Amino acid sequence: MSDLIANIGFLQQGPFAIPRWEALFSNIDLLWQGTIVTLTVASLGLALALVLGTVLGVMAASHWRVPRAFTRAYVEFYQNTPLLIQVFMIFNALPMVFSGLFIPVITIGILGVGMYHGAYISEVVRAGIQSIGRGQLEAALSQGFTYVGAMRYIIIPQAMRIVLPPLTNQAVSLIKNTSVIAIIAGGDLMYAGDAFAGRFGHYGPTYVIVGLGYFLMCFPLAMLARRLEDRTRVL
Amino acid sequence: MEAIMNTPVVMMLRDPVLYLGLGQGLMLTLQIAALSIVLSFGFGTILGAMRYSGVPGIKHIAASYVETVRNLPTLLLILVSYFVLGLPAMWAATIGLTIYTSAIIAEVIRGGLNSVPTGQWEAARSQGFSFLQSMRYIVLPPAVVKMIPPIVSQFVTVIKDSSFAMAIGAYELMFKGTILAAVYWRPSQIITIYVVISLVYFTVNFIISMVARRLQTKLSVGRGSIGD
Repeated sequence: MSDLIANIGFLQQGPFAIPRWEALFSNIDLLWQGTIVTLTVASLGLALALVLGTVLGVMAASHWRVPRAFTRAYVEFYQNTPLLIQVFMIFNALPMVFSGLFIPVITIGILGVGMYHGAYISEVVRAGIQSIGRGQLEAALSQGFTYVGAMRYIIIPQAMRIVLPPLTNQAVSLIKNTSVIAIIAGGDLMYAGDAFAGRFGHYGPTYVIVGLGYFLMCFPLAMLARRLEDRTRVL
Repeated sequence: MEAIMNTPVVMMLRDPVLYLGLGQGLMLTLQIAALSIVLSFGFGTILGAMRYSGVPGIKHIAASYVETVRNLPTLLLILVSYFVLGLPAMWAATIGLTIYTSAIIAEVIRGGLNSVPTGQWEAARSQGFSFLQSMRYIVLPPAVVKMIPPIVSQFVTVIKDSSFAMAIGAYELMFKGTILAAVYWRPSQIITIYVVISLVYFTVNFIISMVARRLQTKLSVGRGSIGD
């Protein structure tokens, strides 16, 4: 058996050789630590994106001109510039403006993906609110609800069903996008993998496992989004 | 006036080296983005058609490709193209983006085709249209209308994601900017460079977004509700 394996060239040499896999699995806790960082950045980033997106989305759907113009500008800026440069702004430029300011790299990641996906989520929320129909809001206001109260009790609960599938898709993109902090040595899964692979040249197995890690985080959510989409279509 | 002209930021903004560098970077960014859009359109059409065909083996190959790639970070695909496939930086970026964008375009194409009710197919076939004729004259016209706006807005995503190529040292806009930020080392200059790069990305992407939005309204008004 071992003779057989020894004679199969690509198992002994090349990018996916067995010794490379062994080296990776004996250092697998490096990738675990990276995964924990990725999950932290993703979950806190998602929380920030949801809060920001809801506030901006409600503002964008309102009839007040100034908040609407503000959210428009915010959304256009964030959707039309790369996340990477936004992260670099926080990483490099912000400490220069406020000299001596130290922002931990995980916080940079949370702020970066949170503000970026907040823009996308605000568009989702706005579309959801606008799909409910003006009459509902007018009815609620005429019954003595405040604007915020009407949103809270009448509009948003109904909009939720329309909003959930695209929101779940945003969560998937957000998890994938946390990988940009690898470029600023963020210590996340991508960085951990890249650092390990770069040190010993075991790129093949490392990227397979890193990819599997991201896939396992994203695929269940992508499936959930699909199922939610099917449910809203039936209703 | 003299004092303003001699501030580091204004000196930098008057230096042609800045614009030469950023211009070269923008050119490579657009080149990478355009190439990957064209390639992705080809592969995406094949994958989308494979999945739409419903033929057991073929459908599953396309579906597993799409579902796998959609759940991987683009940065990872670029790194794989560079380090594992061993491509030169510019091509690694192009291929990495193509692997991802093909999956997205495949879904857009499948969605467009699916939006045409099966009744239209059956009506066309019953009137003696061949498969290709039904496709060409009945199914594709309303389907393509549905596909164009999301494909155009995918341009924006590709241009933005091409900035990940700085991780493998391709001299696109983002990386060029970072290099220039090391040449002009003063904080005020570095901040200005970042603002300028953002504005360049913004201008290009905003124009494309506007085109996508314009197409969406124009096409949906012009062609009516055939596919709805």
